[in-house]
Amino acid sequence: MAGHRTKQPLQHLESAAGNGLLHRRAFLTGGAAFAAAVTGYTLSDTAAAQQLTDAPWSKGRGAAIQEYGTPSSFEKQVIRTLSNPRGEPRTQHGRTPHHLLNGTFTPNGLHFVISHSGNPDIDPAQHRLVIHGMVRRPLVFTLDALGRYPMVSRMTFVECGGNSAPLFSNQPVQADVQAIHGLVSCAEWTGVMLSTLLDEAGLDPKATWLIAEGADSLALSRSVPITKALDDAMIALYQNGERLMPGNGYPMRLLLPGWEGNMQVKWLRRIKAVDAPAMSFYEARTYAPILPDGKAYQFYFLQEVKSFITHPSPGLALRGPGLYEISGVAYSANGRIAKVMVTADGGKSWAQAALQEPVHAKAFTRFRLPWRWDGGPAVLQSRAWDEGGNTQPTRAEIVARRGQTRTPVTNLGAFPSQHYNGPTSWGVEKGGEVKHVYA
Amino acid sequence: MFTRETVRRCGRETMRRWRGAGVQGVRGCVLAVALAVFVSTVVRAQGLGQPITEAEIAAWDITVMPDGRGLPAGSGTPEQGSKVFAAKCALCHGPEAKGGTNAALVGGAPLTSGIETTKTVANFWPYATTLFDFTRRAMPWQQPRSLSNDEVYAVTAYILALNKIIGPNDVMDAQTLPKVRMPNRDGFITRFPERMP
Repeated sequence: MAGHRTKQPLQHLESAAGNGLLHRRAFLTGGAAFAAAVTGYTLSDTAAAQQLTDAPWSKGRGAAIQEYGTPSSFEKQVIRTLSNPRGEPRTQHGRTPHHLLNGTFTPNGLHFVISHSGNPDIDPAQHRLVIHGMVRRPLVFTLDALGRYPMVSRMTFVECGGNSAPLFSNQPVQADVQAIHGLVSCAEWTGVMLSTLLDEAGLDPKATWLIAEGADSLALSRSVPITKALDDAMIALYQNGERLMPGNGYPMRLLLPGWEGNMQVKWLRRIKAVDAPAMSFYEARTYAPILPDGKAYQFYFLQEVKSFITHPSPGLALRGPGLYEISGVAYSANGRIAKVMVTADGGKSWAQAALQEPVHAKAFTRFRLPWRWDGGPAVLQSRAWDEGGNTQPTRAEIVARRGQTRTPVTNLGAFPSQHYNGPTSWGVEKGGEVKHVYA
Repeated sequence: MFTRETVRRCGRETMRRWRGAGVQGVRGCVLAVALAVFVSTVVRAQGLGQPITEAEIAAWDITVMPDGRGLPAGSGTPEQGSKVFAAKCALCHGPEAKGGTNAALVGGAPLTSGIETTKTVANFWPYATTLFDFTRRAMPWQQPRSLSNDEVYAVTAYILALNKIIGPNDVMDAQTLPKVRMPNRDGFITRFPERMP
């Protein structure tokens, strides 16, 4: 077992908080001994030293390379979970398997997708983007024309306003990180700044909103304040270096870094400058969460600071007492992540996690912290702060302000409310199994 | 990117620095403004957007505003709407809009019943124009934008009448629809007022 190796010279590692949390410096000072002692969550036991022989794949010719690569055949379990795999006439969701990924970028094939009427199969040569309304010169752009503007690349997360909704359940849901937080992903997006195109069209200074509309069968439409459009909005043409995936808006989408995913209209075909919001279906009804007193929040816009632990998490069991790396992602619509604190005793004591550099604004930041698990019960939780000083509210604060369901959530595909940015607690049981709990 | 906003921001920054006599920053800002002008000239010179007229955009310009701007000519009554609904909507939304494989469009519990209360036309939607807009742009699911404007007005009137928001003989058109007062019109709180234009 991995556990017995931890009895080697690592007892000196500096403690940082209760129940075994170690100082993040251990990553730097622990060296090879530290690495050797860390237990993997999913890897099979490290084999004892033995006579090495050539494996079959080392003795024959390898396979031909593919024109477009796909992951190893041993990685078939690393897939999105689908809410509506046969494309029946209702919304489809594909959720990102955060517990099976590492780093900060989501591979394009695993980026979350929500499609309210399926993904349109758009011929890019025939696709058009129109900018009109309160502008001096209504303009139409081809994809080819947009490709000739100065390009900008930026890393940013995109998150559905309904991500993490199962955490509004009055009882902890028995679900993994993919089911709970799978509707957020992070990518490098490349495209043309929307401000450039609005400038060319001659935006009327009296215009205060844009209506963005897609070329999907719903002609999905959202109203966006001009201030956001002129700040950092982009017409995204590339996703992690290649053209957008169909589910993420091919051939172009509106990118509003840090804002509600549904506003970042995919398959974008029309932008109309106006002087008021349109009160479209998705802003007037869907993404307006009900509050306990019967009122509802409107124009939520921001995906506020949030973090969650991906390793360990339900499905990634601990394999006996020993050293582990706790890691997860943090992100905020309000800029860079400044700090992530981690607890292993349900919030009684906290240790500061190491942040993976570079830390980009409005993008996933990977945090890590070493932990010596003694084999006893533990409750893990992370809490992030952004550079604006915003932090995640506690669950009690969320329940007080936003409410919770009256009966336990059993349908994980339901959205009892939206915009949950409180903590996520993982309970580690004696045997090493991890379960979602409230703490 | 350098935009008018950058220039504006730089202007404010310059004013602030002058007051504080931070000459270095002023020079930086002057440079940034000069560069912004240069970049925006280059981009403008490209002129890659082709002119298009509002008439040419008309088929795509289906946005309806809460005050009624964008509503097309045409009209419909609840009675006319009941026929359209039975033929084209009831398959998913059930007979008399009581719900089927998709949402019920009549009734609804009070919003104080819990945060997960199902949102309906009657208990939630703040504007009747949204009902027209969404029906026209997205319904019926399998054949969006196949209804005539008269049919959309009629179905809208039918659903509003089923919910007793309008009378059984009220005619919905570009003048009457925006005047419909929805029950939950004042039920909303702007989450981030400082982000609103």
